Amino acid sequence: MEHIVIIGNGIAGVTAARHIRKLSDKKITIVSAESEYFFSRTALMYVYMGHMKFEHTQPYENHFWKKNRIDLIKGHVTKVNTRDKLLHIDGVPNLHYDKLIIATGSKPNKFGWPGQDLDGVQGLYSKQDLELLQQNAPNNNICKRAVIIGGGLIGIELAEMLRTRDIPVTFLVREDSFWNSVLPSGESEMINEHIREHHIDLRLGTSLKEINSDVKGKVKSVTLAETGEEIECNLVGLTAGVTPNIDFLKDSGIELGRGVKVNRFLETNVEDVYAIGDCAEQREAIGNRRPIEAVWYTGRMMGETLAQTICGHRMEYKPGHWFNSAKFLDIEYQTYGWVFSERRKKENEAHFHWRHTKEKLCITIAFDKDSETLLGINTFGIRLRHEVFDRWLSEKTTIDFVMEHLRDANFDPEFYKNFESQIVSKYNSDFGKSINLKKKNLKRIFQLS
Amino acid sequence: MNSQTYHKSMALTGEPPKSLSIGQKLAVLLGLSGLGILILAAFNVNFPNKTLWMTLSLSAISIGTIWFSWDAYSQKIPGIKNDGVWFKSISSRGLWGWVLGLVLTGFYIVLYFYPEYIGLVSEGDNKGVIGLFDPLSKFLSGNPASQWFVYGTLYTVAILVFGIKFLWKFRHNRYERLRTWSVMFFQLAFAFIIPELMARLNGDKILDGGSLPYYDLKNIWPLNYYNFEGYRIKAFLSSGEIGFALLIFGILSIFVITPILTYKYGKRWYCSWVCGCGGLAETAGDSFRQLSDKSTFAWKVERWVVHSVVVFVTLMTTAVIYSYLGTDTSKYWLTKSTFLIGVAVLLTLVFGWAMIFKRDQLQKDAQYGAIGYFVIIIALIGFHFFSGEGEVFLFKSGTLRKSYSFLIGSIFSGVIGTGFYPIFGSRVWCRFGCPMAAILGFQQKLFSRFRITTNGGQCISCGNCSTYCEMGIDVRAYAQKGENIVRASCVGCGICSAVCPRGVLKLENGPLEGRIDSNQVLLGNDVDLLTLVNKK
Ligand SMILES: Cc1cc2nc3c(=O)[nH]c(=O)nc-3n(C[C@H](O)[C@H](O)[C@H](O)COP(=O)(O)OP(=O)(O)OC[C@H]3O[C@@H](n4cnc5c(N)ncnc54)[C@H](O)[C@@H]3O)c2cc1C
Ligand code: SF4
Ligand code: SF4
Repeated sequence: MEHIVIIGNGIAGVTAARHIRKLSDKKITIVSAESEYFFSRTALMYVYMGHMKFEHTQPYENHFWKKNRIDLIKGHVTKVNTRDKLLHIDGVPNLHYDKLIIATGSKPNKFGWPGQDLDGVQGLYSKQDLELLQQNAPNNNICKRAVIIGGGLIGIELAEMLRTRDIPVTFLVREDSFWNSVLPSGESEMINEHIREHHIDLRLGTSLKEINSDVKGKVKSVTLAETGEEIECNLVGLTAGVTPNIDFLKDSGIELGRGVKVNRFLETNVEDVYAIGDCAEQREAIGNRRPIEAVWYTGRMMGETLAQTICGHRMEYKPGHWFNSAKFLDIEYQTYGWVFSERRKKENEAHFHWRHTKEKLCITIAFDKDSETLLGINTFGIRLRHEVFDRWLSEKTTIDFVMEHLRDANFDPEFYKNFESQIVSKYNSDFGKSINLKKKNLKRIFQLS
Repeated sequence: MNSQTYHKSMALTGEPPKSLSIGQKLAVLLGLSGLGILILAAFNVNFPNKTLWMTLSLSAISIGTIWFSWDAYSQKIPGIKNDGVWFKSISSRGLWGWVLGLVLTGFYIVLYFYPEYIGLVSEGDNKGVIGLFDPLSKFLSGNPASQWFVYGTLYTVAILVFGIKFLWKFRHNRYERLRTWSVMFFQLAFAFIIPELMARLNGDKILDGGSLPYYDLKNIWPLNYYNFEGYRIKAFLSSGEIGFALLIFGILSIFVITPILTYKYGKRWYCSWVCGCGGLAETAGDSFRQLSDKSTFAWKVERWVVHSVVVFVTLMTTAVIYSYLGTDTSKYWLTKSTFLIGVAVLLTLVFGWAMIFKRDQLQKDAQYGAIGYFVIIIALIGFHFFSGEGEVFLFKSGTLRKSYSFLIGSIFSGVIGTGFYPIFGSRVWCRFGCPMAAILGFQQKLFSRFRITTNGGQCISCGNCSTYCEMGIDVRAYAQKGENIVRASCVGCGICSAVCPRGVLKLENGPLEGRIDSNQVLLGNDVDLLTLVNKK
């Protein structure tokens, strides 16, 4: 029986395993070092905040794996011998594979800052990082202040986490507004306000010079590059992005760039070796996507696709319309299609932006200047229906059509206040149009004839 | 990976964000002083002015609780407030959780089985706690208090004050707010005030001098399993047109009103908008919703137990009605045998409809349904052939009724259902014991527009939804497959949707078509792959 070995029990590896099992009877083994069972990395923050226990982050009950004949080995793969198809695993006998899937995810970036390896300096990626955080910052007596470096999605999560234990947080963001490499300025500005509303000391346009140590080798303070100001702290969180976790593959003969280089079929240069998830790097970016897509959904989609290939139905990785979501403290964010920040915006991309006068709600719709076709939407504090926007993107509808049917796309809980009429009237006045908002229609939403 | 921390399997526990603030400590003190008055009364301290002391006690408890919640939520930015839930001992089955569980259980045992310990006196004036409530009871219904009146008052107070807490906690969520106003209203008006006022009519002209049985209008058979017992029927029938109307209303409630509303809105219209048991679970029980067991094993137990209760209550009610019906058609059209045949026909129709038209949706549930159905039918046949005067089958119908009322009505719904809130979560009764929930659930699963829609591919499998589902539904298991959640037990509380950080879940009443659809590959992936894998 063909033996499929997967390194990494994250969403990418586990999805591949589940689908291979659905499609075939092959022997499947997952080797992973971090935890015995698959857990949801995206939920780590909720464990620290006391919303959940670690067990709750595990999407499958422990008996699931045996029942589905997916063997689990806990261990760190130190070396891959592609010639003999052998894995060397710490403390476990070597393992032979017929096909190998590399799904080893990422690790936090470190940019060579002085003091980055001191005690009390850490990233937030793994279960071990969470345990370490619990030691470094159990309460505000032991951790009197934390400094977070890097204004991205994980940075703001870490800030939120620490604030639930009343730990004062200074949040250093190199850009002059939060995440404005991705978000258009109006949205980014709203999040700045919300971060400050949560009593987080947000320092925009500020970067780290060095991390200073006390006599015992523990972090004592950080020094800022721009002003030379020294901020005393007991914890430094490094959240300036992630890079593929592939050091163990250095001499394996598998071609590496920043990640494991793969073609559109998720195949590496070595036969029978594949890579998926955070650690895979496309040779050529797909559409507007980045060559390395370090998000949950793409890991899952690659897993779904690769399972087909492995089971004899060779298939290209051809993701559909881009979508993503996050939550900035209390504000939910969803995006469908592409909305670029001012910095990365293309020539033909125009924006319509609406923001509520009092509440923290806003949307931005990107459309083509000439044809007025929809390019994408960002929404904050308003939920949208994925299927409806996916359909509109496929059908290349115009922004006028979107405005007219905006109520169909609303996904907020029942009885929520709706803002479509305000949004449309702003659109009409911004662009000199006279769109009439249509009523919500179940037939259209669910595509019934 | 840091090898130093690598092998350490440190328990991932934390500390509560902060201990109680000064305001909260004072609020606790105030609330406890209110309870203290009740406890002193229970130990027969004689309070001279009962009205005053009862008012003081209830006010102290209420204001204490409301003050505590105000302090906890008012200064915070609206949003999900689950910080530290699993660190606090009361909400994570810690020491205080167990203590509270024992206290509540003890209270229920006294209430159901030893009311004399809290002052019930059958002849003469009540004493103790019950005595303290006499003035209020006399004011409302004209009669002295009973243990049920005291319980009803405390129950209503609990729903109201914890309802206010819930309103603050979820002030960003209008679905949750409206639903909570609704249960607060139904408890106060329908369960508490109206029945007491109705009691004032007893003996009055408009009832033709008859007396209505105590009737909480929103309590529907089989939740109020006693509604069709002989003494109640007699009372209804002897109370003129109003009494007759109420009896008809009781029958319509279960056979007409309930199916229509459940078709349109799912069982939530009852379980989390109207019902008193649900009302208590959603308000006073809110801090314990995360304790429900999500394992597939628990789900299996749930299906066996709750459906057995349905079989039990159906048989019990049939037996009770059967036992007081006559055999002579010339006296009254409804006789023992017509009644049995009626029940059998009705059940056969429902069972046949489900098996023929809903087979594909039934899956495993089919066997439960079939077993239940055959047990009942065989029992009905048994009734017919083996019953004597006052006896049904081998039992006295009274015995059957008494055991139901003891096992299900008292032990299950009270002692375990509420007493164990801090151990098994807030909806133990609704999930494992309530026959009404099971019947509504059967319909919700097979014939209702209600579902929780999963938003395409947006789920990140974080598990907040499953953790906070009080019915122990593993919501994530569906959401991460892109499948809508259509579960018999879902009471539509909406909390899974509220706590989801990615906006994945929406409770809605949509078309029947495409209501249940499981996707192997989720939206967002290649369209060719989607069509290849998801084709049916
Ligand atoms: C705090 C946090 C929040 C996030 N929130 C979101 C979000 O909201 N939405 C979103 O889309 N994405 C989010 N992400 C990103 C998302 O979690 C990742 O994209 C995703 O988990 C990657 O999955 P993966 O399967 O590729 O790798 P991973 O989940 O990293 O799994 C790889 C596994 O392989 C193991 N491994 C690595 N090397 C070896 C080896 N040599 N031997 C054995 N085992 C090895 C690792 O220990 C790890 O367990 C978040 C990430 C973090 C850290
Ligand atoms: S599934 Fe959601 S709405 Fe239904 S009972 Fe559970 S938490 Fe409530
Ligand atoms: S809470 Fe939302 S994102 Fe998290 S598992 Fe449930 S549906 Fe998925």
